[in-house]
Amino acid sequence: MIELEAAGVGVEVAGPDGLLSTRTLLEPLTCTITERRVAVVGANGSGKSTLARMVNGLRRATTGRVRTCGLDVATHGAAVRARVGFVFTDPDAQLVMPTAIEDVALSLRRTVKDAAEREARATAALARIGLAEHARTPVHALSGGQKQLLALAGVLACEPLVLVCDEPTTLLDLHWRRVVLDLLDTVDAQVVHVTHDLEAAGRADRVLVIDAGRLVFDGDPTQAVARYRDLMAAR
Amino acid sequence: MRPWTDPVGLYRPGTSLVHRSPVWLRFGMLTALGVALVVLRGPWTSLAVLAGTVVLAAVARLPLRPTLRGLAPVALTAVLAGAYQAWARGWPLGVEVAADLMALVLAATVVTATTPTDVLLDLLARAVRPLRHVGLDPETFALAVALMLRAIPALGEMFTQVGDAARARGLERSARALLVPFAVRTVGRARLTGEALAARGIGD
Repeated sequence: MIELEAAGVGVEVAGPDGLLSTRTLLEPLTCTITERRVAVVGANGSGKSTLARMVNGLRRATTGRVRTCGLDVATHGAAVRARVGFVFTDPDAQLVMPTAIEDVALSLRRTVKDAAEREARATAALARIGLAEHARTPVHALSGGQKQLLALAGVLACEPLVLVCDEPTTLLDLHWRRVVLDLLDTVDAQVVHVTHDLEAAGRADRVLVIDAGRLVFDGDPTQAVARYRDLMAAR
Repeated sequence: MRPWTDPVGLYRPGTSLVHRSPVWLRFGMLTALGVALVVLRGPWTSLAVLAGTVVLAAVARLPLRPTLRGLAPVALTAVLAGAYQAWARGWPLGVEVAADLMALVLAATVVTATTPTDVLLDLLARAVRPLRHVGLDPETFALAVALMLRAIPALGEMFTQVGDAARARGLERSARALLVPFAVRTVGRARLTGEALAARGIGD
């Protein structure tokens, strides 16, 4: 469960005259997210990634409070990140080990101390997403879709309670987009999916529409997608 | 875009004598080799040590072509350094410097190619555990080494992309068109990687 209480983000930026002013990335927002599948849609720079990053403390709320899995993100950041998985748009930034199995094993180092068990669980995580035969493949030799699946495997191996995906299909072709979306459908965790993909948003139980740092719609996917289309058409 | 080849020293599973040897022995021998190369003098000794590491690489069944391709830049550096020493201080020292450099890099390649990164991380974390008392976190240290291993092919891939972009704009001869975007991208990638590690709770 994710609870936002007047949670917003502003950053100080220096103007041409050198004076600092506050720029609002996300206006104070209050809502409680309990649905299993939630999508967040909005234009580029609208603040949807800022919202996603607030969920696990990658971006600190400068006003209000964020609670994830019952924990205050500001005071229990490490405990929250142990419960919240995060998948980025570009898997290359997320994959840090030389081979696929080693990258998944890295995610498990914090919780699984025995090396043999770590390898067994990493192997199982790769098999679950269909990358078992690429366990020893160098990460840089994988395709973009395989890399994104591997990034997901690394996160899912830790069995998060909440999975936040920040545009995980943006860089993928149609085939890999479908594979990733189908995989997300099977995940046990609550999924918060930031996306430009309206078909993916349509699969959600609830959709938040963000525009210019404000929540402008919150509810049914069909109405949310219509609202988002209207917003884009009005530009 | 030209494909980026496997980095030299990437772990290759196997059952050779070297793979089956205890990991502490492999690292102990690598350390001893480094010390020996500093202490021992003379071109013939260095050539003998280099021959020994070549035999070790053969025993570990390192694939010939990727290893030679990966070591080519090191060989070039060794030849240049050796040539300079031969010109400045005589051929025996030139041969010694070149052979020492090649022997050390090849030995390190054998060790990393026969040791899974996960095992390497465990060993490094154990080795630096005493330094906890001066504020060094063993897991963070081990992770930094792993990141460096991954950074080598990632930076190579990035340099290839920047080179292709420069060529596409007819700027292949411009060092600025290569180095400035490469530096900017490297910093950008480092920031993203830091954010991704934080998201995975690594370092918390």
